[in-house]
Formats: sequence, C-alpha cells, structure tokens
Amino acid sequence: MAATSKSEAMSGLKLISPTAIYVILLLAVPLATVILYSVLTGGRGTISLPFTFENYAQLLEKPVYGYIMLKSLLIALVVTFITIVLAYPVAYFVSFHVRPERKSLWLFLITIPFWTSYIIRVSLWFVILGYGGVVDSALASIGLEPLNIASYSILSIIIVLAHAYAPFAVLPIFVSLEKVDRSLLEAGQDLGESRWATFTRVTLPLTMPGVIASVLIVFIPTVGDYVTPKLVADGKEPMIANFIETQLLKLNNYAQGSAFAVTSMVMVAVVCLIFILLNRRFIGGQK
Amino acid sequence: MKKAPFLKSYTIFYLLFLYFPIILLPIFAFNDSKVVAFPLQGLTTAWFGEMAADQNLRNAAKNSLFIALSVATLSTILGVFAARASVRYRFPGKAPIMGLIMLPLVLPEMIIAMALLVVLLSLGVQLSLFTVIIGQVLITTPFAVAILTSAFQSLDRSLEEAAMDLGETPLSTFRLIVLPLVMPGIMASFLICFTISFDEFIISNFLGAGQPILSVYIFGQFRFPAKVPSMLALGTVLVLFSIILLGVAEYFRRRGIAKAGGKESGGFL
Repeated sequence: MAATSKSEAMSGLKLISPTAIYVILLLAVPLATVILYSVLTGGRGTISLPFTFENYAQLLEKPVYGYIMLKSLLIALVVTFITIVLAYPVAYFVSFHVRPERKSLWLFLITIPFWTSYIIRVSLWFVILGYGGVVDSALASIGLEPLNIASYSILSIIIVLAHAYAPFAVLPIFVSLEKVDRSLLEAGQDLGESRWATFTRVTLPLTMPGVIASVLIVFIPTVGDYVTPKLVADGKEPMIANFIETQLLKLNNYAQGSAFAVTSMVMVAVVCLIFILLNRRFIGGQK
Repeated sequence: MKKAPFLKSYTIFYLLFLYFPIILLPIFAFNDSKVVAFPLQGLTTAWFGEMAADQNLRNAAKNSLFIALSVATLSTILGVFAARASVRYRFPGKAPIMGLIMLPLVLPEMIIAMALLVVLLSLGVQLSLFTVIIGQVLITTPFAVAILTSAFQSLDRSLEEAAMDLGETPLSTFRLIVLPLVMPGIMASFLICFTISFDEFIISNFLGAGQPILSVYIFGQFRFPAKVPSMLALGTVLVLFSIILLGVAEYFRRRGIAKAGGKESGGFL
C-alpha cells in the first residue's frame, strides 16, 4: 500500500511540475523579491544592503501613506457594502423565483457585463458623469441643472467601482442560496413565523458563507483597482495601486515602493481575515 | 414557483444598471455628433469607418490577438496539468502548490504586475509582448484550472481503468479516453482565457514597454474627446465579439457537463 501511494505521489508531482515551476518562478520568486527589497536600503534607482526597517518607518512617519491606505480601504469597504446589498435580492430572486431550467440563462445575463471590455466600461463612465456628458445633457434636455458628478472624485470612484464589480457579488450568494434546504423554510413558516422572520433567522444566516465569499471577491480587486482612480478622477485621488506606481516607476524607489506594496498586501489580508473571523460561526455550519 | 413581482422588477432594474454603459455604446457609436451627449443627432456609420481606417488601432488589435491566443494556449495547457494532477492524484505539498497557482485570484493584479516588473527590470530583461504574455498567463491560469477541474471531476474513473485493462498505455488512454471527454472543458477554458487576456489592462500597460496593445490604446484614446466616438464604435464591435465568444464557451461548458452525465450547477467559476 505504501508503495502504491508513493508512486501515486510521484505521478502527481510529475504531472503538476510544469504549472508548479511556472508559478514558483514567476509568482513566488517575484513576491519574495518584493518582500526582500522592502527591507533593503534604497534610493533613486539604487538598492543595496544593509537590511533596514527604514522603509517601513517612513510609512508611519509621512501621513500621506496612511491617508492613501485608509482612503483606499474605506472606498473599497463602501463599494463592497453597496455591491452586496444590491446583489443579494438578485441572487435571491434567481434562486427562489426562477424555474430551474431558466436559472443558468439569468446567471449568464448577469455575468456577461463582467467579461466584456472593462476598460471601455470604466472609460465610458467618465463620458457619462463628466461635465456636459450624458447625465448632464439628459438633465439639461428636461430643464434641470447639470450635476457634474465627475467633479466629486470620490463619489464617482465609488459609483464606477460599484458598477464594475457588481456581477462578482451575485454568484457566490446564489450558490449558497441554492444549498439552503427548502424544507427548513417551510418548517419555519408552518411554525407561524412571518416570511421576513424566516428570512432573517434561517435564510440569511445559512447564506452567510456566500456573502463572505462575495465580500472577499469584491473587496480585493476593488481595493487594488488602478484604472478607475486614474481615469475617473483625473488621477487626483490616487488609491493604493496608483501610489505603488508612483513610488516604483516615477520615483524609481524600489525599496520604498516594495515596503508600501507589502504593507498594503498585509492590510488587505488582515481585513479579509477579520471578515472571515467575524463570521466564523456561520462558516462550516453548512457544507 | 411563487410569484414575486417586486423582486422581479428589482432584478430587471439591476440588469439595466449592469448593462447601462454597454447599452450606450451602440447608441452613441451610430450618433452623428462629435460630442457624446443628448439629444441624439441622427444616424451615421462614419465612426466605424474612422475606426477601420486607424492604422495604430489595427496594429494594437493584431498584437492583442497574438497575445490572447498565446495566453489562452499556454494557460490552458498549464491548467490541464494542474487540474488533472489535483483531481487524480494525492501528493505531498498539493495544498500549497494549488494555493500558489490560484493565488492571483485573491491578489490585487497591480501587486503581481509590480512584483514581476521589479524582477524583470532587475534582471535586465527587455520588456516586450513576450513579457506581457508571461504575466497574463499568471492571471488566467487560475480560471483555466477552475474550469478544467470541474471537467476532470465529472470524468468516470472506470472508463480509464477499462481502457488500461484492455491493454492501453497510460498515455494512449489519456489521448483516446480522457482527452475527448474533457475537450469541451478545454475549449471553454481556452475561450475564457482568451477573453480575459484580450480585455486585460494592468499587465499590458506595465509589462508591455509602450507597445500598442488594444486595452492600453483604448485607455489612451479616451483622453482625446475627438477620438471618443470611434472608440465607442470599437467598443460596440468588441462587446459583440466577446458576447459571441462567451456564448460559445458556455455552450461547450454545458455540453461537457451533459456529456459526462452531470447536472447543471450554474455559471462559470
């Protein structure tokens, strides 16, 4: 038995080796390099020994780093919240009120926008929200004042991001809704609970794993988004990704840029962990 | 099915919101005005003509096509290795290796792009279309693995064993039995990776050394108001193109599930 499992292990390792070697060389090594660079001494275009925590100390000293980090986190949290709240009823509708053979058609309709021309969608928002753009000209044609939403940078970043990542949120919630045992809901109502009470006491807790998955799947790309802040607010409100670009490429400071990148990765990971821990009592309750 | 008129109208409203900018694309692409604003000015196909005549755009499209085909091929091959290994075998280090392969799904793309860029620059590697391909494969492989894993999972192990009992070698069994059965999954993976790569911006922008690539080109053109209408024409074409690709991918994915006798579990991912 031991011999067969050993040969099985060998075959498995051999089979996965091309993919494994690829990701080790091109993903693990670069990430490790960034972590290494973040504790080296850097200057404009140079990087050298000795090891130092100076780069991290700088992050604490200069308020701009903390500001960018906090702003990105807050924007991403607001976007995530809006996205999930808007998506939940849609997932609920498709799971509970659509005939089984029609469900995949609805899901397909919801996911199409996610796969199509991200750059064009985001750029279009600029045209839509901008001064004299689609929204303003439509308002003007019915005799209303222009809003010029694009001048409110953070508001427009939130609108565009909430739209860009909306389809992400529906699928995980839908999958967890599909797993809810319908007889539980009937039992709740037979025992005299209202439909709303059944929802808050049975359905919602049972689907929390899906909600958490949606939170993560929206939060992570949102907090690291590069295009939207660059385009919509004309780059005046940089988020983490834009700032990393500035540090690494414009200022050519690999050490400082790496420290910022590592810190933001850790921040994102910590926020995700908090979400998972907060809801640990729901996760694992359902398989 | 219970009726839920309120939920249904909300869902339709939500779909309209999702499709909002995409619906505007054809409306303004055919609008006879340099300014993207209401009221509409009448019908024209001039913007499509301007788009077709743009030599830079053609170069960018050619490069994007080359990148997307290479990325889709490479990541589907890497995906087959990883999905087959993870479904079929147990081996030490499986969880961390699979975790690393799937990591780009939960890592902001900018971090991956910058980490790779820093290493490439430190090694003195010249940035080119090739470096874009290398980077994009990291992003698309997790999607390939996810799609192919479900394709390999729905495979009936006894068919392979039967073939081996009848004297086929492992390699010929794979070619004659396994490959035809997972072919729909492979097609779906190829099309999805192609779509993602064609649409990808961050890696193309930072690892592309300013080479014309479609997404980067579009991003640049939107800064010039005069160029916006022809970009909308291009957008109309691209959206149609990707809807067709996705429709075909969905068809293959479902056929794959039906072939293996499985049940529809809804959507990609």
